Amino acid sequence: MALLQISEPGQSSSPHEHRLAAGIDLGTTNSLVATVRSGKADTLPDEQNRHLLPSVVRYLPQQDPVVGYAARAAATEDPLNTIASVKRYMGRGIEDIKNLGNRLPYEFVAAESAVPRFHTAGGDVSPIEVSAEILRSLKQRAEASLNGDLTGVVITVPAYFDDAQRQATKDAAKLAGLNVLRLLNEPTAAAVAYGLDKSAEGVIAVYDLGGGTFDISILRLNKGVFEVMATAGDSALGGDDFDRAIAKWIMQQAGISDDAGHHQLRRLMRDACAAKEALTRTASTELQIELDDGSVWQGTLSREALNQIIDPLIQKTLLPCRRALRDAGVTAEEVQAVVMVGGSTRVPRVRDKVGEFYGQDPLVDINPDTVVAIGAAIQADILVGNKPDDEMLLLDVIPLSLGLETMGGLVEKIIPRNTTIPVARAQDFTTFKDGQTAMSIHVVQGERELISDCRSLGRFTLHEIPSMVAGAARIRVTFQVDADGLLSVTAREETTGVQSGIEVKPSYGLTDNEIETMLRDSIEHAEDDVAARKLLEQQVEADRVLEALAVALVQDRDLLSEEERIEIEKAATSLQARRDGNDHLAIKTAISELDKTAKDFVARRMDSSIKKALAGHSVAEIAGEDDK
Amino acid sequence: MALTQNHFELFGFPVAFDIDAHQLADRYRELQRALHPDRYANASDRERRLSIQHAAQINEAFQTLKSSLRRARYLLQLKGIEFDDEKETHLDSAFLMEQMELREALAEVRTVSDPLASLSGIMADIKARQQMMEKQLRELFAKDNEQTRQQAKQLVQKMQFLVRLQQEAEELEEELVAAM
Repeated sequence: MALLQISEPGQSSSPHEHRLAAGIDLGTTNSLVATVRSGKADTLPDEQNRHLLPSVVRYLPQQDPVVGYAARAAATEDPLNTIASVKRYMGRGIEDIKNLGNRLPYEFVAAESAVPRFHTAGGDVSPIEVSAEILRSLKQRAEASLNGDLTGVVITVPAYFDDAQRQATKDAAKLAGLNVLRLLNEPTAAAVAYGLDKSAEGVIAVYDLGGGTFDISILRLNKGVFEVMATAGDSALGGDDFDRAIAKWIMQQAGISDDAGHHQLRRLMRDACAAKEALTRTASTELQIELDDGSVWQGTLSREALNQIIDPLIQKTLLPCRRALRDAGVTAEEVQAVVMVGGSTRVPRVRDKVGEFYGQDPLVDINPDTVVAIGAAIQADILVGNKPDDEMLLLDVIPLSLGLETMGGLVEKIIPRNTTIPVARAQDFTTFKDGQTAMSIHVVQGERELISDCRSLGRFTLHEIPSMVAGAARIRVTFQVDADGLLSVTAREETTGVQSGIEVKPSYGLTDNEIETMLRDSIEHAEDDVAARKLLEQQVEADRVLEALAVALVQDRDLLSEEERIEIEKAATSLQARRDGNDHLAIKTAISELDKTAKDFVARRMDSSIKKALAGHSVAEIAGEDDK
Repeated sequence: MALTQNHFELFGFPVAFDIDAHQLADRYRELQRALHPDRYANASDRERRLSIQHAAQINEAFQTLKSSLRRARYLLQLKGIEFDDEKETHLDSAFLMEQMELREALAEVRTVSDPLASLSGIMADIKARQQMMEKQLRELFAKDNEQTRQQAKQLVQKMQFLVRLQQEAEELEEELVAAM
């Protein structure tokens, strides 16, 4: 490959080869993968032409985990080794899990970190590894049907997912060997699929009730910009809860005791789900419940009775709907369309209640199962660089406020909920004792005033604070939330300019060591070689850097002096030479050398982008004046 | 370097209180279209990092310029007026009196026969006061001298009181609706 293919001035850079990208909806009940082909986004089916992949993984001794339909079919006979609805456990600690449901359907083992592990016949696995199996299966499906490696993926998450849940999702993708271009909020993905389809403008509400999560987002659509104005929800409420409520009702009717076994409970959940689905079509349904003693209980469930059972749960979704409207600063009348997403919005009662709340019939003509994956595929196609001239832009928000623990167990908010991301806020701290060189900051997420009522994200310990008298140091800590909604923290002592070291202890996440170990295990599992994988990773990174540079040099050559350009090209040539070798560390060093050399160029390009953005605008304004 | 520009400069506006809301929103979209991390998903690490920083600064600037209260406060700070929120603020007694009355009215909402109607009356009152103060701010910034800046600072502090009161009213509303 020639190093820098620079085209004639005035011509665009060589046409991009089409890169393979996919959108993944990693759902509580089912997952999907979609991609854009010939300009059209579609979900990809498996070999048997099934688009959905049940989010179920079964672990057996001495063999690869089974994912999907086969696993789901085994769920009732082998409940403890078959993990379903794993999304509910992502980014959660064992205590949270106990609070999630009345009874734990699995056996858990305590682990070093706060991440719980399911005890199965195939070994102890964390929710992150279970999710990674689902992602791996979707990756294989996509790569088989697209006939090539995926360059990158967009994975959707509930808008109401907190930092720990998002981080867990990203870790699962890393384990599955996926390059995550973006974590995209599910309602935003649905809005993209819907908005582009209908070329809609104005304010829309996306009501997303999935298997285990509920989100409501209010968006303003304007000329290809999808601006999330507010989001609210409940990351532990969904169709699963409908099933559980129905199962509870059956248990009361059939006289099944509360301490029924795992098998009985799984059967009940299955029957409850089937009854719920039947009642979307008919006014009543017959129940035949197999009991543990082999006898069968028979009964009837009417739609009215079902409505009564689930009304309190639907009611629980309307409060976030109200809050989202208020935070967005709009009234229900200003909402021009209500888009329904998620399988649970097939329940007629949900549609009625939501319609009542917004004073209009919600839109149900889109497929609530596939719309999220399709929106993610559209964004993935753009992010990977297949549509360089696309005008689409997604501006999302942080769903829950970020705060710090202060004296007396109180929370001081630093970034309020519904702030547009990315966002960075700085906060100054000082030392408490003479010669103090370390301090700890506890970061939480949530809306309440007491630390104990918020969700602990992690403890950040600052080291290497220069030794000074108490109160003299001024440590500026910057909290940054990126476009994935993930928090990072940096610290600097302002009087000396010394960067403080930061050690992070995530409250519900994996440590870097644990991820490394899991990664190694998964590689051994796939009979791959660690060194080969590392080399490949660096080669991919080197290609990416070189290609981005080639494009940059074509676009902005005028920002460089001849001397600077020669220096940069020299560093690029050196990287290319390393890239073709087989030393991953040498490639890494060459990448960072090139990065250093091109530092000023990169900064100048950013500044020039700002100027161009504003200049382009004034031209548009002048044109606008002419129209008047 | 763009990161050292003030919010007005970043958006290409003169450093002044009056801003065309439509123009502000348009420029915001143009800037984000050029600098949002989604535009740099394939770029080098450095470019991705810089893009996050720039996009965050554009968001911050937009939020500041969009709200008349935050814009006024920021403008006064640029002109050398300092705010020390920790210290006791010296506001006139007539205003503090009004505040106490509003606060009492808010506290009594729970006890009246139609709490939501009573609450929405209070919220409308708060809103009307805010709009009046915003008008006064505009007049003060039109003159813009040392004296009007001090007056504007007082007004900003008063408006901050009202914002907190408004938040409390909203929280109460949510609580009342949830209990229904």
